[in-house]
Amino acid sequence: MGMVLGTFSVQTKQVNYRRDKVDDELEMTMVCHRPEGLDQLEAQTNFSKQELQVLYRGFKNECPSGVVNEETFKHIYAQFFPHGDASTYAHYLFNAFDTTNNGSIKFEEFVMGLSTLLRGTVREKLEWTFHLYDINRDGYINKEEMTEIVRAIYDMMGKYTYPALKGDVPKQHVDAFFQKMDKNKDGIVTLEEFITACQEDENMMRSMQLFENVM
Amino acid sequence: MAAGVATWLPFARAAAVGWLPLAKQNMPKPPVDKKTRSDEMLFVNVSGLRFQTWKNTLDRYPDTLLGSSEKEFFYNEDTQEYFFDRDPEMFRHILNFYRTGKLHYPRHECIQAFDEELAFFGIVPEIIGDCCMEEYRDRKKENQERLAEDTEAEMATDTPLPPNSTSRERLWRAFENPHTSTMALVFYYVTGFFIAVSVIANIVETVPCRPPKGSKKDLPCGEKYSLAFFCMDTACVLIFTFEYLMRLFAAPSRCKFMRSVMSVIDVVAIMPYYIGLVMPENEDVSGAFVTLRVFRVFRIFKFSRHSQGLRILGYTLKSCASELGFLLFSLTMAIIIFATVMFYAEKGTKGTNFTSIPAAFWYTIVTMTTLGYGDMVPNTIAGKIFGSICSLSGVLVIALPVPVIVSNFSRIYHQNQRADKMRAQQKVRLARIRLAKKGTTNAFLQYKEDGGLQICDGDSTAVCLKNRSSFEHQHHHLLHCLEKTTNHEFTDEMTYSEMCMTESVGYRTSRSTSLSSQQGVSTSCCPRRAKRRAIRLANSTVSVSRGSVQELDTLQVQKSSAGPQSRSSLNARTEELKLNCEDRDFTAAIISIPTPPANTPDESLPSSPAIPGILRNSRSSTYTHETVKISSL
Repeated sequence: MGMVLGTFSVQTKQVNYRRDKVDDELEMTMVCHRPEGLDQLEAQTNFSKQELQVLYRGFKNECPSGVVNEETFKHIYAQFFPHGDASTYAHYLFNAFDTTNNGSIKFEEFVMGLSTLLRGTVREKLEWTFHLYDINRDGYINKEEMTEIVRAIYDMMGKYTYPALKGDVPKQHVDAFFQKMDKNKDGIVTLEEFITACQEDENMMRSMQLFENVM
Repeated sequence: MAAGVATWLPFARAAAVGWLPLAKQNMPKPPVDKKTRSDEMLFVNVSGLRFQTWKNTLDRYPDTLLGSSEKEFFYNEDTQEYFFDRDPEMFRHILNFYRTGKLHYPRHECIQAFDEELAFFGIVPEIIGDCCMEEYRDRKKENQERLAEDTEAEMATDTPLPPNSTSRERLWRAFENPHTSTMALVFYYVTGFFIAVSVIANIVETVPCRPPKGSKKDLPCGEKYSLAFFCMDTACVLIFTFEYLMRLFAAPSRCKFMRSVMSVIDVVAIMPYYIGLVMPENEDVSGAFVTLRVFRVFRIFKFSRHSQGLRILGYTLKSCASELGFLLFSLTMAIIIFATVMFYAEKGTKGTNFTSIPAAFWYTIVTMTTLGYGDMVPNTIAGKIFGSICSLSGVLVIALPVPVIVSNFSRIYHQNQRADKMRAQQKVRLARIRLAKKGTTNAFLQYKEDGGLQICDGDSTAVCLKNRSSFEHQHHHLLHCLEKTTNHEFTDEMTYSEMCMTESVGYRTSRSTSLSSQQGVSTSCCPRRAKRRAIRLANSTVSVSRGSVQELDTLQVQKSSAGPQSRSSLNARTEELKLNCEDRDFTAAIISIPTPPANTPDESLPSSPAIPGILRNSRSSTYTHETVKISSL
């Protein structure tokens, strides 16, 4: 008898739990964010009204609630890199876009990030990249942070590469990077060191020009 | 890749700037996109309903019609829009697919119509969203099953056998479809009768009869009239054995037949008798033999060949195997649980019936199925409480899978009803189809009569031709071309069948009649030729069932550009002999006719109509030679 009652009570508890979860989900979908006016965004970014319209239409179509959360972001990014695991890099990228650090990207953040990347000055682009690499936002890039980033990038390549990944390739890559960037050899790279080193690299400057026509 | 991902691609490419400092090599040049970046709106006109959408929306799915360059074929320069002559209601759903990325299936629409629209627009049905996929699959399966049944019913068994079937095939047909021949029907009823007799004999055998004189005990009838029953049993078994062997002989695939359920039942039904014959009159063995006699009751299953309802029931049980299995499993679980509980609850009572858990099984089963024989009852309070819970739960457990089985049975039953109705209506449908086909063929013959094949040289012919549509004109022209190609002409059924009939019978007599009926011989060959043109052998309507090959079997006696002067001769069919020639030709032909046709008509007639046509074909060629020769005089 007790067994029977026990099974029944267990059932009800599960039902309650499920109901709570459903409530939470309902709450989340109710959250709808609307961006500021078109004019304000146009003033804040380097895009024209037309371009903002196109961007917003695409964004709203994908995320009707007006925000992108990290899971969706990872999922989207994973579709572009099906060979390997893009989740770690997507995580860092998400943090780079999420300037307010609230766990979701609003349209404004999205568009500001894009504006910097596509229409910003060289300095702005390099600053953005620096912030991407600086995981803990302390203003310095140390070897561990860099290693994580590079490992995340190599993860995106997947297992099947040519030539095959042998040895600790990310570490070598990081060492090469620090060789180039760390001028005073103190083991960390500051923003100024980074910018100076990049501006000296002509190949990089040239490559940066190529990315301006993406939009 | 999903469509939405395309929207994020520029973003991902922009984020690639983050790789630049790390890159060991130079980045490749990005592809240059020549087309303008600005979004443009497209107008799509579907049967008058105008839809507007961004070009980007449609470009999301480049492997569909609207997303690829295929839509340019539908572009209308004058109105600057894409025009599709399709269903606007359905198009709404398709456009929504582009917009939202999810394809929904509208429940009120016909599944085939929907499928056709999807096929037209190049969308694979597999991407229907989860919300609608189930419904779509169910309806599609239902539709396919229905269509399969319809085609099966069409190719049904009531169609006549091909003439070259062996006796084995005919026998098999007779067994499978008793309605095809009287003999089969008789056999069907006889076997049915004997099954009934056998089953009744088995039953009556055990009824106690009055004991013979000098004995007090009641004897079962089987022992009193043992000889009579034995004879009846023998007769039945002989019939069954004969039937089984006949079926085995006639079966197209013997292995498959032997494995089928019905044949197994047949074997099981007649085996006990033969085993009984072979068995020695041994005491221990006869006990086992008695058990075997139980199998005789399987004869009742032979009725399933005679009753469709029984077959449906069997099929339903087979298709509900999983539900039945679940029912059985849950019942077993419940029985074990409750039996254990009852046993331990009643353990203390003196003289209790619940001597062991297996003994308690009987109580549990009887209680759960709400039978309640009362041979085992709990005495303790705990036992009574658990007993009541047991009966309540029994009702629930049994009630659960039953509706599934019922709905399955209902669906299969209705399908069968529909199949039967289809078969019954089959004849009507075929007749209607034949009539329609006749209409079109007759239209062409009528057209020829009305002088349609003449070169239009005056208004007179134009008047009668004006009622035909341009389609008909072209169709008739096509048929005329075929006639010219094959050097034969189309004719109708009646003329052809009369041809067959009059060929052997009234050959010489009709020749004389045709002689007398000849008019206007002197002028030219044309009147006669026209008459002969009317003599046709093709069977256009027979072609409905025999295929268009028959149409080519037209025999054309004289091919000429003769006008339609003596169209009236078409009606005077009895006079027109298939192979008669005109006067002058006639005399010459008389010499040539006797030998070839004299032998052949009698032989050719009994065979299928196709053969006489071929024969006459050869004969006509000789005539043509003759006539050509003569007319050149």
